[in-house]
Amino acid sequence: MGRQVAIVGVGHSKFGTRHDANIAELAWESIRQALDDAGVGQEDIEYFVVSNAGGWSSEPLPAVVVGEYAGLNPKGTVRVEAACASGSAALKLAHDIVASGQADIVLAVGIEKMNESPTPTVVEYIGRAGNFFWEFQNFGLTFPGYYALYATAYMHKYGATEEDLCRVAVKNHYYGARNPKAQFQREITVEACMNSRYVAWPLKLFDCSPITDGSAAVIVASEEIARKLTDTPVWIRAIGAASDTSNLSKRTDFTSLRAAVEAARMAYRKAGIDPENPVKHIDVAEVHDCFTIAEILAYEDLGFAKRGEGVKLVREEQTYIGGLIPVNLSGGLKAKGHPIAATGVSMAAELTRQLRQEVEKERQATINKGIALAHNVGGTGHYAYVTILSLEKPSK
Amino acid sequence: MSKSQKEMMEEALKQLHMFVESIKKSTGLPIVPDQKSGAALWYDQRQITNKYLISVDRIRPFYDGLMDGKLMATKCKHCGQLYFPPQVDCPKCRKSDMEWVELSREGELITFTVINIKPASFAHYPDYTVGIARLKEGINITAWVRETDPKKLRIGMKVRVEVVKREPEGYLTYEIVPAE
Ligand SMILES: [Zn+2]
Repeated sequence: MGRQVAIVGVGHSKFGTRHDANIAELAWESIRQALDDAGVGQEDIEYFVVSNAGGWSSEPLPAVVVGEYAGLNPKGTVRVEAACASGSAALKLAHDIVASGQADIVLAVGIEKMNESPTPTVVEYIGRAGNFFWEFQNFGLTFPGYYALYATAYMHKYGATEEDLCRVAVKNHYYGARNPKAQFQREITVEACMNSRYVAWPLKLFDCSPITDGSAAVIVASEEIARKLTDTPVWIRAIGAASDTSNLSKRTDFTSLRAAVEAARMAYRKAGIDPENPVKHIDVAEVHDCFTIAEILAYEDLGFAKRGEGVKLVREEQTYIGGLIPVNLSGGLKAKGHPIAATGVSMAAELTRQLRQEVEKERQATINKGIALAHNVGGTGHYAYVTILSLEKPSK
Repeated sequence: MSKSQKEMMEEALKQLHMFVESIKKSTGLPIVPDQKSGAALWYDQRQITNKYLISVDRIRPFYDGLMDGKLMATKCKHCGQLYFPPQVDCPKCRKSDMEWVELSREGELITFTVINIKPASFAHYPDYTVGIARLKEGINITAWVRETDPKKLRIGMKVRVEVVKREPEGYLTYEIVPAE
């Protein structure tokens, strides 16, 4: 298992259309906060991991651009990519470096500047992120399109409706409206969602997370250092990681993401969480709602609901504060925004602040058990990371 | 007739380009204000175009099949595993001893969507339907579906796969066709 690793500092930029800042300035916005939060200097950081999907932005080597601007040279660095789960991959790498004893303090920063390209180009890049040759080249799938294939199958099998999907968007906008870092800080109604135009039938514009610029940063440290730096270390209790086929056609079922199921199983086992009833252990979760259907699949893949009953949690509003388990109190990808490779780091930063009870009152979860879960999916279930964070140090 | 997504996209890019050129003439700099926020944006003075050359040499029989109106897959001679998309190596057996087999091109629709907002390189098409069909042999195939009204499609409906010429590019590919 290696050494225990804790999050000792977090930072989070404002998410949105950030034409006011370039890629390095935007990364610095969160790095600076994380350094301040941890009370460390650049000289204390021994290695930094930069997650960035890129393509739509101009800098091909974002890690060194960010490293120079943030004063992190000559520390070692690498850019990691796991599509929309890149941020969790960066956190895992940072964690593993500290757990293995190779360093005591490591920074993970996720940065994405999607608005450097026009929307159709961004749609093109994300659409190519499946299997380019067999599924994009001839058939022009888009990201909403991939998830729409899941939505059609799920709705057919379990009788979920377009209104049900819209209810997920309504919840996430409700909390986004209370998060000053969110891209969309306004509430929406089911009617407004139902009246939005189709993007990839049966998914509509309001079912989709937006194109977002943003960054988030997390500093992790070994137990000895963490104890010196803070009274409220947030321990990385487990990270489960899994993958699935590049071609969607190679999968057998379109009502669940196998990689997410596998990542959750690994994370629950490592963290000692009962996979039959995980909600009894967890105070709050951030799940990968790149599309409304994805949040419903997440409830089931994580075991928050039985197969086919994720939609019931939505109808009964069980994932608001006060329900069975509050989910996406940040606004989720849907309302907070989804700067692809920053999302996983953003989830870790958000949940750290939730566990420390530092977020805005109206969206603060009740922290009793001291455990939070992040579910971060890359591509259409191509990559999956489930991360368990905890206030208490994991027992060996 | 309303403008296609491609026409709207090209018009917007052309307008931006002309706007930048006029600003550049007076200021000497390709810097324009963002229309919403007013933030200063540098308009890239370089452009990259990607067109890849992708190796298909080892799966050439698949394309020969398309020329004969057939859909070909590979089958491992050792373990019998069927591969579509075809691949020439069996990772299970670590052998590369495949036979090419023709698929039945009959099956059922297991899911579908209609792409309304298209990627840049597909913006010249009207809305298109993408589906996944499960063929009799038990393998799945992703392709366009020859029906753009989702209400006329149903999960579980019988479909067949036909080799078609994709226009306006004019190359052979395959399509799922409702057969009920
Ligand atoms: Zn074999």
